[in-house]
Amino acid sequence: MAKITAGVGSSHVPLLGVAVDQGKEKDDYFGPIFRGYDWTREWEKAEKPDVVVLVYNDHASYFDMNIVPTFAIGCGERFGICDEGWGPRPVPEVEGHPDLAWHIAQSLILDDFDMTIFNKLDVDHGLTVPLSMMFGQPEKWPCKVIPFAVNVVTYPVPSGNRCWAIGEAIKKAVESFPEDLNVQIWGTGGMSHQLQGPRAGLLNREWDNKFLDMLESDNDDVRHIPHIEYLRETGSEGIEMVMWLIMRGAMGKKVKTLHRHYHIPCSNTAIGHIVLEPA
Amino acid sequence: MAENPIQNIHEYLAEFDDIPGTLVYTAARARKGYWINQFAMSMMKPENRERFKKDERAYLDEWDISEEGKQALLRRDYNALLKLGGNVYYLSKLFSADGIPFAEACSTMTDMTWPEYRQMMLDGGRKPEGNRSIRENLAAAAAAKGSN
Repeated sequence: MAKITAGVGSSHVPLLGVAVDQGKEKDDYFGPIFRGYDWTREWEKAEKPDVVVLVYNDHASYFDMNIVPTFAIGCGERFGICDEGWGPRPVPEVEGHPDLAWHIAQSLILDDFDMTIFNKLDVDHGLTVPLSMMFGQPEKWPCKVIPFAVNVVTYPVPSGNRCWAIGEAIKKAVESFPEDLNVQIWGTGGMSHQLQGPRAGLLNREWDNKFLDMLESDNDDVRHIPHIEYLRETGSEGIEMVMWLIMRGAMGKKVKTLHRHYHIPCSNTAIGHIVLEPA
Repeated sequence: MAENPIQNIHEYLAEFDDIPGTLVYTAARARKGYWINQFAMSMMKPENRERFKKDERAYLDEWDISEEGKQALLRRDYNALLKLGGNVYYLSKLFSADGIPFAEACSTMTDMTWPEYRQMMLDGGRKPEGNRSIRENLAAAAAAKGSN
């Protein structure tokens, strides 16, 4: 049977992708960020996941204002890399796992989650930056990836509670897939940042760390944080952190923290990442 | 924290207006700014960028955008564009077409110069204190005035 063996939460700031692509991971600015991922890269080499369900959001790269799916899953064989205005990132194409993706999609729909299905889908930095952070610059990504896209741009975005619940349903779906697969789930985006308006540049180290503490907890209080709290405390773009709750919901009640890291700043953003396993 | 509070959409949206210096991208703004954002998306194609750079006004005239919106785009007045329903992830395609870093474009929406903004970020970013609620800020200002 397939099993979700671990969950990763990570920022997906585009500038990190630029740093990797231009070989700046060790310079004074990026060094402290990338050193925080050294542990995780070594751990991923040992874990060798077969598939990653990668929860991310598209940043008006492949999706435009014509279609705004709240939850969408990529069921294709492979996914291209978006040109985000300066040419596609020089990273390998992303290979999907259509059997498991369709299995998850069908299971979620039966479980009352009204999914949008993508067959053709190009993925942007929201998905490729976490892959670079965890796997470096391989010629081919070492695992298959199921893109799971969430609308966190146009309000109302899904509630934390709904994100947690869909995470639980993903866990249930994966565990009913007959093939033996080592599956990880990653929740990406955040942490605190605001990219617009006179309040641009807001960061909140204290709140971000409280959020990480809540993810580590046995209780599920974190799922009930209202949108207005994310907006006030973590900037208008900090709301991306609801995507981490999909990962956390898929971990089950108790978790063990394997690694945790936080750094300010990367461009406009607070960088955080956490590695959890079901306990 | 209340579990599953019953959310009335009017109350939910009204709270967004209390956040200082922030315009949340609501459905109303998404509707208003639809063509501004779709124009911005068109900047992802090199041939469109080329045509835009050659004659910005002529290119904008191909879109169903208000005169106010076109003027704001020509001026790169991003705060005005947010008010007209632009969204920063869409507008960022114009930052790229102009060849300026995302953070530099962000700085133009604040009261800081780009070097000042960059330094603020290096120093740990803008603090949440005093930036959470317009209502709270007004109450605090009134209390301070009263105690003088």
